Amino acid sequence: MADARYAIELKGISKSFGPVQANKDIHIAVPKGTIHGIIGENGAGKSTLMSILYGFYRADSGEIFINGKATTIPDSQSAIRAGIGMVFQHFKLVQNFTVLENVVLGAEEGALLAGSLAKARKVLTDLSREYELDVDPDAVIEDLSVGHQQRVEILKALYRQADILILDEPTGVLTPAEADHLFRILKGLRDQGKTIILITHKLREIMETTDNVSVMRRGTMVDTVKTAETSPEQLAELMVGRKVLLEVEKKPALLGRTVLKVEDLRVVDEHGVERLKGVSFEIRSGEILGIAGVAGNGQSELLEALGGIARATGKVTLNGADLPLSGKGADGRSRRAAGIAHVPEDRQALGLIMDFTAWENVAFGYHDAPEYQKNSLFMDNDALRADTERKMATFDVRPPIPTLAAKSFSGGNQQKIVVAREIERNPDLLLVGQPTRGVDIGAIEFIHKQIVALRDQGKAILLVSVELDEIRSLSDRIAVMFDGRIMGFRDPETTDERDLGLMMAGMAGTGEAA
Amino acid sequence: MERLPRWADVALVPLISLLLAAIIAALVILAIGQDPWEAITVMVQGSVMNAYGWGYTLYYATSFMFTGLAVTVAFHAGLFNIGGEGQAQLGGLGVALCCLFLPWPHWSLALIGATFAGAAFGAAWAAVPAYLQAKRGSHIVITTIMFNYIASAFLIFMLVDVLRPDGQMDPATANFPEATHLPTLNEIPGLNLIFTSGVPANVTLFIALAMAVVVWALLWRTRLGYAIRAYGKSEPAARYAGISPFGIIMVAMMISGGLAGMMAINNVMGEAERLLGNSASGAGFIGIAVALMGRNHPVGVVLAALLFGFLFQGGAELGLWTKIPIEMRTVVQGLVILFTGALDMMVRMLLTWIFNLFRAGRMAKGAA
Repeated sequence: MADARYAIELKGISKSFGPVQANKDIHIAVPKGTIHGIIGENGAGKSTLMSILYGFYRADSGEIFINGKATTIPDSQSAIRAGIGMVFQHFKLVQNFTVLENVVLGAEEGALLAGSLAKARKVLTDLSREYELDVDPDAVIEDLSVGHQQRVEILKALYRQADILILDEPTGVLTPAEADHLFRILKGLRDQGKTIILITHKLREIMETTDNVSVMRRGTMVDTVKTAETSPEQLAELMVGRKVLLEVEKKPALLGRTVLKVEDLRVVDEHGVERLKGVSFEIRSGEILGIAGVAGNGQSELLEALGGIARATGKVTLNGADLPLSGKGADGRSRRAAGIAHVPEDRQALGLIMDFTAWENVAFGYHDAPEYQKNSLFMDNDALRADTERKMATFDVRPPIPTLAAKSFSGGNQQKIVVAREIERNPDLLLVGQPTRGVDIGAIEFIHKQIVALRDQGKAILLVSVELDEIRSLSDRIAVMFDGRIMGFRDPETTDERDLGLMMAGMAGTGEAA
Repeated sequence: MERLPRWADVALVPLISLLLAAIIAALVILAIGQDPWEAITVMVQGSVMNAYGWGYTLYYATSFMFTGLAVTVAFHAGLFNIGGEGQAQLGGLGVALCCLFLPWPHWSLALIGATFAGAAFGAAWAAVPAYLQAKRGSHIVITTIMFNYIASAFLIFMLVDVLRPDGQMDPATANFPEATHLPTLNEIPGLNLIFTSGVPANVTLFIALAMAVVVWALLWRTRLGYAIRAYGKSEPAARYAGISPFGIIMVAMMISGGLAGMMAINNVMGEAERLLGNSASGAGFIGIAVALMGRNHPVGVVLAALLFGFLFQGGAELGLWTKIPIEMRTVVQGLVILFTGALDMMVRMLLTWIFNLFRAGRMAKGAA
């Protein structure tokens, strides 16, 4: 018999995709009125488990109890009827509908809209007041900030009378202030008796927000602990299965000559919108300059302009020599020849050809390199495969099979292939975008070490990341970007999260410029 | 969903597609009051059961190999070249000019010259849509289709008003000089023991097969092929890697057009020995089906070209020996294209489902 004290109780849930067992005999019990965190590395089986709970997949075996009642969830409609609401990482909103229309969509009552809209408006106003979820019901989604869009997703679930709310990586797109607000909302919901499941890979959020936390590793539920009785170190160890260094160890920076000098760099996108509005900075050898900011504030364009992908105007010099920003010489190949390596933000769309094998990807961008040629006509595929094997060994890529397609590797191992390829070229300047996005903790540690090692060899590094913790622990100097401009420079030793958060939201920070 | 094992993906899926096409074709033949068994017997008898039939099957297959390879090269660059027909017609013009106006001492030299001429004309014809795509963003599917019509009209003009000898009635060039006549398979020592009567298949077959090897080496063994495939898989990634989209579009389309143009050495120089209107007679379009069915791999293209050669020749036999109209071969080709191309996913999903049933069965047994 199941216990009615639990909002959700899963017993012995297993799910396989062919030979891969994504969930193995999962047991979990979530007490009513609590915030329950689920953490685990990529591929640990968190998403599969939640998809089973939301009716996207059916478990091969096991039982689901909702509020103590045995329940089957064949589709998401049944999940909603059982009182489960889901807020996805990528919002499922109609961009040119109003908030009200989005909330009602799929839950209309009767053929005429007017009735349901009027009813929804009233419910929405009540909900907003109750939970600090203030959103203008008549605002069009595309005009709302990401944080507000997320609130609409939560309202959608509440409107469908969800008692159990599942949030999948909810803070990936939020500023620190927006994230804090979200957690206040979640705590408010909990205090009203709702049950919340928070899926995240950020240990800090787990520690600050949850009551209990379950750790998954390789498809199994490793442990469930009370948050108050655990520590980030212990959780990380549970996730990875070994001790992990959370803080990056690095020596003080030994700054040398100026490697990269950027003056008034501007990028206009294909719609004629100026994305980069006059950015200037310098990076010296032996220095990591971290660019903090919420995604979409010009960081991508900065990397693309420097990497030779996007056309730009302004003046950029590398080791004193001018880099062309448009026309001839403003392409990825010339940049590589000039000594710039680039680990792009989106490794799956830019950094790798997913259908190509690992060894073909190791040549990507360097397929002209003399060591990969057999003669003037043919490439030396054997040499390439040998080089790939060597890189895979050095960078601990698993599985170390050069003939495997890039898409068959996990996110962390894909990233290691890209990082290996770019770092091993011994560049003067390394551009790195979101080096650890979708990368598991063990690999994060490794990639961070590689970046610091390159800096200690006297190279210049431009690091772009939306993970504030990553920026703060790796950078020797931090620049905060907002709306295509640099809001200011900070010393990571003296700044704090509030200072950076204000600048990320476009306001003047509280700290001193570095 | 589990994926299919490789052997099933490569061999079983096309075979089942073909079988389905054959069944529907049989139903169509039944519907017009004819005997499907008779039809299949006549088709097989007339195309692959004797050397004479093979002589025709291989002749058609040769043309389809060129056009199939043309589509394949463009496909790997992410470009859908539907202009093979026009490029092959322009190739025919190049071959004709080369054979008519240059004094060739021997067929072998003429063949080399004509191959280059056909390729150059085909490549030039493909270069215009390529440029429009690369610089102006005009969709290559639309422009290559339009260029087929322009090629056709241009050739009629050339044949009627420019190249037609005085006093000749039909719109065609004069016959090519004797020295440019290519040996057919029955004229080649050794092969003439097999092919005892005159057949249209000629030495061009070996050039087509060599081109399949060249295309394979180009795509999978050279820097250019690497860049073409990378660009075809992802344009943003190619930009990141510093591969020039303009360069790849131009080069890939010109290689594609060149291969389509080369087809003319088979039909114009090897068979007709003069240039006629509509010389490519649909081979450019069949190349699309051949490439689709051949999974855009040269080995697959050669095999698919043989299949379509058989359909072409067998279909012609139908018209000769049965009451089934020759148009039936168009129906059969259409069905083959429909099943191997458009409905490929359907067959694949069905097979995957069946395979998974067996897998689940085996697993259950293993567990018990």
